[in-house]
Amino acid sequence: MKNDPVDVLIIGAGASGAAVAWSLADTKMHILCLDQGGWMNPAEYPSTGRDWEAKFYGEWSSSPNVRKRPEDYPINDDNSPIKVVNFNAVGGSTVMYTAHWPRLHPSDFKVKTLDGVADDWPIDYDALTPFFEENDRMMGVSGLSGDPLSPLSHPPMPQQPLGLSGPLIGKAMNQLGWHWWPSDTTVATTDYEGRARCINLGHCTPACAQGAKASTDITYWPHAIRAGVELRTHCRVREILTNEDGMASGVVYYDKDGVEQFQPAEVVIIACNGVGTPRLLLNSVSGKFPNGLANSSGLVGKNLMFHPYAQIYGFVKEPTDSNRAPPTCLWSKEFYDTDLSRGFVRGYGIQFGRGAGPVFEAVASEQKGILPWGRDHHRVFRKLNGHRLAVSAICEDLPEEHNRVALDPVLKDSHGIPAPKIDYTISANSRKMMDHGLARGREILEAAGATDICINDPIPWGGWHLLGTARMGTDPARSVVNEWGRSHDVKNLFIVDGSIFVTSGGVNPTSTIQALALYIADQMKQRLANLFD
Amino acid sequence: MSDAKQLTAAQRADLRTVAAMIVPASDEYKVPGADDAEIQADMLATLGRDTALVARALDHLADLAGKPLAELDDARRDAVAQEFRSRGGAAAATLVRVVLQCYYRDDRVLRSLGLELRAPFPKGHVLPDGDWSLLDPVKARGGTLRRAP
Repeated sequence: MKNDPVDVLIIGAGASGAAVAWSLADTKMHILCLDQGGWMNPAEYPSTGRDWEAKFYGEWSSSPNVRKRPEDYPINDDNSPIKVVNFNAVGGSTVMYTAHWPRLHPSDFKVKTLDGVADDWPIDYDALTPFFEENDRMMGVSGLSGDPLSPLSHPPMPQQPLGLSGPLIGKAMNQLGWHWWPSDTTVATTDYEGRARCINLGHCTPACAQGAKASTDITYWPHAIRAGVELRTHCRVREILTNEDGMASGVVYYDKDGVEQFQPAEVVIIACNGVGTPRLLLNSVSGKFPNGLANSSGLVGKNLMFHPYAQIYGFVKEPTDSNRAPPTCLWSKEFYDTDLSRGFVRGYGIQFGRGAGPVFEAVASEQKGILPWGRDHHRVFRKLNGHRLAVSAICEDLPEEHNRVALDPVLKDSHGIPAPKIDYTISANSRKMMDHGLARGREILEAAGATDICINDPIPWGGWHLLGTARMGTDPARSVVNEWGRSHDVKNLFIVDGSIFVTSGGVNPTSTIQALALYIADQMKQRLANLFD
Repeated sequence: MSDAKQLTAAQRADLRTVAAMIVPASDEYKVPGADDAEIQADMLATLGRDTALVARALDHLADLAGKPLAELDDARRDAVAQEFRSRGGAAAATLVRVVLQCYYRDDRVLRSLGLELRAPFPKGHVLPDGDWSLLDPVKARGGTLRRAP
């Protein structure tokens, strides 16, 4: 079956797909977005039920391999110490994330020039500044402007309360003389643009029943749809087709009934992030593009960057926020910039964790061997539960071509489409960075008076940030897309997600991903008359 | 029986025994053990996608014990439990997690912990704003963002 052609076809309705759809809507072009997932129903989110914690181990797991919703596809990540986590629905992984909202720093765009490693980005921070600001307004960000060690932001809502955990962390950091600051988050601290303010459900990561946490299904999409964008759900794209001129002609997808469809389009924009995007390109093989679409550089799927998380946590005598607050509220950039005396190049941000709920605490502590079986179980559990503080070093992962997404020769999704296979190792530089982060984390926890110290090194199910697998650059031999997101090889094909990152920085990337998507949309709008030249 | 949709009677008996070994009843804290009938019923009713792994764990436990766990003397039972937990892998971890996730949502247990018997939504929680003067030393120290050329 052939559908009517559209001007712009966007694949993926998550963080970047929603932003680019909304921005392009003012062109009045016919814009269609296809997503393999559907609209989520907040009334069914875990925090509405008494089994809210148990669901995180099953149908609300962050791992698609555990969760196995019909909208998910399997990922072979056996050959990686860090497992891929994501969410597939309208809103994508913004439905399931911690809402921690740092930006990449200006120096992150110039790592080759500054530190002699990896590559500089073809754009700089200043090019993205207006789009960071626009995105913060659209997503609704809370925070405290004026952090001396972070890029200047202007959050439209005040920062989260310190709660019980914040002062314990702040005092420890002050004792050590180290930087800390309330983190920017996409948790609404006041009523904002139709969203209700945060009431501290605490279980933010697997979706917010209150709607206080920004996800693009409740931020960008309502605006984009009102502006005329069509969003077609439960449509899984199998491949992008090209015509005799080497231009993208449209996509083949399976609709909600599993029926194969062809959707013609003048422009195709991929917004499937660092695993889904290379998977789609590598599955789009033709005579003209035998190694996958947009892959003349051979770099599609390569240079996967995760951000290895080194986490250390302990238990203090004072009560902490436990499950009664958003999981993160503070950050530190004390060790963000390169200091070669530390034995590694580049650096890491620190996220502080407020605590955990009782089931999570019991399960995690039993696994770590600090919560015994038997008679002493109750006494020890009462010492641990509601007393956890966590420190996580989010380490900058530098690009290495052997870290990559390929197609699994055997594994397929429910539509028979080859699944992605991950090959990834933690580099020696990252290893040293993680060790440094763990050592500093131990000092922080000791300053806070914590005992029963445990580590997750790396956090195994910590592959939230999927970056670098279709990098941007000016040299077609060393990059997949140009400095405004257009494929070097296919001039009506654009990529707007985390796969175009050149380097990863040491912070959560979603703010920067969306700013990039808005920047690319703006570049497209400025070039509409000669977009394919 | 590892792929069974339901646990056998013998598996259910061993589940009850091992659950009590993980979390025994306590007069001091006024809580039931994880072998309590209501908590066991919750486990069996909500096993769902965990059934196969839990069954596999119980099969492993039965192999180690050689007979119903409850019939072993305390020392032998402890030795079996230790072996099970250290070598049982994902299946053992799943069994323990199932026991704990059902135990720590039981009303009597939550009450003993001083926790409210409700879902987080819609009531939520109230957080103290905290002492923001703690940030004064950070502001006073200042700092500069690394410059990019």
